[in-house]
Amino acid sequence: MPDRVAARRIASRGLVLIALGLVTLAGIYLLALRFTPVERFQGLPQKIFYIHVPAAWCALLAFSLVGIASGLYLWLRDPRLDRFAESTASVGLMFSIIMLTTGPLWGKPVWGTWWEWDARLTFTLILFFLFLGYRALRGALVDPEERARFSAVVGILGLVLVPFVHLTVYLFRTVHPQPIVLKPSEPSLPWDMLRTLLASLSAFTVLLIGFVMTRYGLARMEDGEAESGKREGGDDGR
Amino acid sequence: MGEFLGVALAVAAKDLRVERRSKTALVSALSFAVLTLVIFNFARDAASLSRAAMAPSVLWITFAFSGVIALNRSFALERENAALDGLLMAPVSRGALFVGKYLANLAFVFAVEAVALPLFVVFFGVDLRGAVGGVILVAVLATAGFVAVGTVFAAMTVRTRFAELMLPLLLLPFMLPPVTWAVQATARLLSNRPASEIAGWIRLLGLYDLVFIVACLLVFPSLMDE
Repeated sequence: MPDRVAARRIASRGLVLIALGLVTLAGIYLLALRFTPVERFQGLPQKIFYIHVPAAWCALLAFSLVGIASGLYLWLRDPRLDRFAESTASVGLMFSIIMLTTGPLWGKPVWGTWWEWDARLTFTLILFFLFLGYRALRGALVDPEERARFSAVVGILGLVLVPFVHLTVYLFRTVHPQPIVLKPSEPSLPWDMLRTLLASLSAFTVLLIGFVMTRYGLARMEDGEAESGKREGGDDGR
Repeated sequence: MGEFLGVALAVAAKDLRVERRSKTALVSALSFAVLTLVIFNFARDAASLSRAAMAPSVLWITFAFSGVIALNRSFALERENAALDGLLMAPVSRGALFVGKYLANLAFVFAVEAVALPLFVVFFGVDLRGAVGGVILVAVLATAGFVAVGTVFAAMTVRTRFAELMLPLLLLPFMLPPVTWAVQATARLLSNRPASEIAGWIRLLGLYDLVFIVACLLVFPSLMDE
């Protein structure tokens, strides 16, 4: 029972974080549209940058977390790790969809094309498919223990695959903008824009944590209910 | 070590014996490969795209798709009559079991490719002289990688309801790197480019094989414990 109480607490704390993240996000829209200068060459479409980059960051972060949690699960066999990987994968899938939709919205006015078979685009598309495959496999398996083991294997192999996909796509030319913040030299983004980006990155990260916590808490509550259901069922049988 | 290999070979031999006696899977996979080649020929606009320009991609899409078809069969056999439970009850290492299934799958996919390659030469008017060794090397290296991952995934997807759909959904992203490199290497081989231009792709394929065969060997046992 205390497990279910703890799970409920995690879920409600997650909801608080989501609310906080959403309010901050509204502030960031205001900051980006009202108080951040318009980029000289790209014009207004450049504003998508403040959503696209944080979403991509969250998708990548979620993907690494799924891989790490999967590895730990196979080692420790703690069902909580499986639930964490599951929640993170769902949230990561959502962020990768945001990344894949905001990208073309920016690409059409700036590149003149919705989609380009460019290194980074291909890479993120594969990331999306890995999340999708992970979710689909989970949905197709019934036994929780088996589901946990199988999806952990996919999570680990996915993490092993990432450097190879990276290697493949970077051997071809890229038209995607190069990094302007995380690079060996000083960030070349003007401070006004960098400020907005950093604020947005924090808001998205808070949202990521909030969503994962809520999903995780709900999944744990479900586990607790299934467990107590099983226990009661067992009592009736006796 | 000797015992490990013995078990692996016994499992592989069992799979291939079943295959040899029924032949249904092999014939279906072969027909699928040939049909893919034929369809590609009709899906090409002869006025704008030469056969040679399309050849490497056609070869690799055919190999990749028939590979998936072939892998689907791998654990379907074990599922019938709960044959897998019998295998798991035997006191053998799960690693050896993986190597056995892997070798059988590899033999199966190679057999399909060995028939598809000459047909590809005929259908697409490719001049393989001088490039045969290279193309075979690329085919072996690329296939060895994705069949390893495919063996692991096939062992999982066979437990799901839509195994035939689930396997490609999981496996195709993993096929992307080796198939991309194989297409690049094959295109250069077919246009008789110097070996130095191909060596890089071969090394990448070798690295992929090494990493994924080891990774699959490590994760496979956790799929099998009940």
